[in-house]
Amino acid sequence: MSILVNKSTRVVVQGITGKEGSFHATQCQAYGTQIVAGVTPGKAGQEVEGIPVFHTVRDAVKATEATTSLIFVPPPFAADAVLEAANAGIWLVVCITEGIPVNDMVRVKRALASTQTRLIGPNCPGIITADECKIGIMPGFIHKKGKVGVISRSGTLTYEAVNQLTNLGLGETTCVGIGGDPIIGTGYIDLLQMFEHDEETQAVVLIGEIGGDAEEKAAEFIKREMTKPVVGFIAGMTAPPGRRMGHAGAIITGGKGTAKEKIAALEAAGVQVVRNPAEIGETVQAALGG
Amino acid sequence: MNIHEFQAKQLFAQFGVPVPRGKDVKTPRAAEKWATALNAPVYVVKAQIHAGGRGKAGGVKITKQREEVPALTRELIGKTLVTHQTGPKGRKVRRLLIEEGAGIDKELYLSLLVDRDSGCPTFLASTEGGMEIEEVAEKTPEKLFRETIDPAVGFHPYNGRNLAFALGLPSLEKVVVTPFIQMLGNLYRLFMEKNASLVEINPLVITTDKQLIALDGKVTFDDNALFKHQDVQAFRDLHEEEPLEIEAGANNLNYVKLDGDIGCMVNGAGLAMATMDVIKLAGAEPANFLDVGGGATKETVAAGFRILLKDRKVKGIFINIFGGIVRCERIANGVIEASKEVGITLPVVVRLQGTNAEEGRKILLESGLKVDVATDLWEAAQKIVAMKRKKRKKA
Repeated sequence: MSILVNKSTRVVVQGITGKEGSFHATQCQAYGTQIVAGVTPGKAGQEVEGIPVFHTVRDAVKATEATTSLIFVPPPFAADAVLEAANAGIWLVVCITEGIPVNDMVRVKRALASTQTRLIGPNCPGIITADECKIGIMPGFIHKKGKVGVISRSGTLTYEAVNQLTNLGLGETTCVGIGGDPIIGTGYIDLLQMFEHDEETQAVVLIGEIGGDAEEKAAEFIKREMTKPVVGFIAGMTAPPGRRMGHAGAIITGGKGTAKEKIAALEAAGVQVVRNPAEIGETVQAALGG
Repeated sequence: MNIHEFQAKQLFAQFGVPVPRGKDVKTPRAAEKWATALNAPVYVVKAQIHAGGRGKAGGVKITKQREEVPALTRELIGKTLVTHQTGPKGRKVRRLLIEEGAGIDKELYLSLLVDRDSGCPTFLASTEGGMEIEEVAEKTPEKLFRETIDPAVGFHPYNGRNLAFALGLPSLEKVVVTPFIQMLGNLYRLFMEKNASLVEINPLVITTDKQLIALDGKVTFDDNALFKHQDVQAFRDLHEEEPLEIEAGANNLNYVKLDGDIGCMVNGAGLAMATMDVIKLAGAEPANFLDVGGGATKETVAAGFRILLKDRKVKGIFINIFGGIVRCERIANGVIEASKEVGITLPVVVRLQGTNAEEGRKILLESGLKVDVATDLWEAAQKIVAMKRKKRKKA
C-alpha cells in the first residue's frame, strides 16, 4: 500500500517536448513509472523516448487511459494546463512549475473545487511511492520502500529527510511535495488523513516552513485524528519578518506565520518537532521504538 | 514588488477610487510650483519611502501656509527616516507627495488580499482606521470584518453591502454607502487585473463634507505576474532595494541579506532556510539566505560567491548542496572553478550529499583548494562556525 500513486498509475506528461519535460519524463520512466503519454499542442505524432505525444490531454486520455498528469509547462501557461487536465478527466494533477501568478491559482483552485480532480503543487518536486512510481523531479535513488510517509512544502529539504530515513533503514511509503506557493492544491490535512489510513505507513514526517498557517491547521487535525507518530521540522526559525524566503509562500506577514508559532502549535498537538534537520531520521526511529 | 504611495494613488485614480489631489515632487521648486497650482486650504507633505510608520518618524508635514511648502520639502528631501519597518539604518527620502489636506470626520481601514486558507480574494475592513490592523486583530477582533469574494463570479454588490452594514456605514453616514460599494468593486478590479497581492487603504476617510477618500494607499504586486504588466514594472524603485539583492536577482539567484557573518549558499529554498537555522544552532548568525536553485552550476556558484564576498561582514562561507538530478561531482568542479575565478580567502566548508557525493568530496579534497568538506549537515555547520572563530582569534 501507499497513497495516491503506485506502480499501476498511468501518467501523461504535459510539456513533454520541452527540455525539463523530456528529461524528467525519461527519468520517471527509468524509475518504473508508467509514463503512457505526453502532450505538447501541435506536436502530436512525435515520440519522446518511445512515449507518444498528443496535441491535447483529452486525446492522450482517450488513447492511453492516463489518470494522472505531470506538468512541466512554463508559468504563464501552467494554470491553463492544470484546467485542461481537469477538464479531460484526469484524477490527479502534479504541477512542478514554479512561478505561477497567485491570481491564476486562485481561479484554478476555485474551478477544481467543482471537479473530481486533485492537484498536487504547484512549485513542488512531485510525488513518489518508493520503488514503485516517481511522478516528479526528485532523485529516485535516495528512496527505499519502507514505513514512513513524508509531506513537505520544500524540495531539497525533503530529499535531506528522505536520505536520513533511507540510511537508517526505515524507508518511505509515499513522499509528497505539496509546494512552496501560497495557494496550493492539496494541503497537509488531506495527506495526513491518507497516511493515517494507509496500512504500510507507520509514521509521518511533516516538513513545514514560515508563512501562512497550514502547519497550525495541520496541528489541530493531528491532535484530533492522528494515532500514528508525526515528526516535524519547520524551516525559517532565523528568517526575518516581511521577507520572502525563496518560496512565494515563505513569508512572515504582520507577525503571523513564524516558525516559533508553528512549532508551538505542532508540539501542543503531540508532534515531535526537531530543531536540527539532521535529526529528523533518528527522531522517527525513536518514535517507532528504535 | 512594493511601490510608493503616490504610485498606488495613481493606480487608485485610474481605477476610479477617489484620492486627494496630489503630485510627487523631488525639489523645493517643483513643490512650490505644485502648491501654487493646488491652491488648497491645507497642504500635506509626505515622504515617499517603501515603509510604514512615516508619520511617527516625522516624514509627514501639514501646513496651511502655501509658502511653507518649499521649506518643508527642503527639510524632508535627503533626510533619512527611521521607522519600525526600515530597520535601524533607515531610508533616505528622495521624493515627496504633496497633496490637498482633507477634513476628517471618520477613519476606516480597508484592505484586499488572497486568503491562503480559502484561496480566495478577501476584503478586510474595520472601523478602527489609522491603526495597525494586526493590533486591531489582536485586541479588538470584533471590530474587524471579512468578506470573501468568490473568484468564479467576482465582486457583487451584496459583498459590498455585507461590509457596509457590518461597519455600520448606513447609520454612520448614509450618503457614503453607494460610493463605498463602488470603491470595493473598483479595488477588486484593480487587484485582479494588475495581479496585486495586497491593496491597503489605511485610513480610508469620510471627510467632513461626506466624501469617501483614500488618504493613504499601499499596493504590493505578485512578482510572478510582473511579466504581464509593463506599467507596474515601471513603478519599480531600485533605491528602495538592497544593492546585493538587485545583483542577485539579475543573476537569477534568490538572495536575502541578513545581519550575521556566516555566508551560506544552498540549493533549494527550504534547505536554504534550514541551513540558516542550523548555523544559528551551531552558535553563529547567518549572513544571508541564498538559494542557487535546484540545478547549481559553475556560473550560479560563481555569482553566489561574488555576492557573498561583497558583504563585508561575511567571515566564513558554508555551501550546502543536496545533489539530486544535479550530480555532486559537477557541483564540486563548479565550486573549484568558481573559487579560482573569484579568489576566495575566507574559510569555506562544502557539504555535499546525494548523487555522487563521495566523488564530489574527493574532487574537492584533491583540488588543492583550501576548502573543508563534510557529509553531514550538522558536522558541516559546526565546522564552519569553529573555523570562523579560529580565524578571528588569529587576527
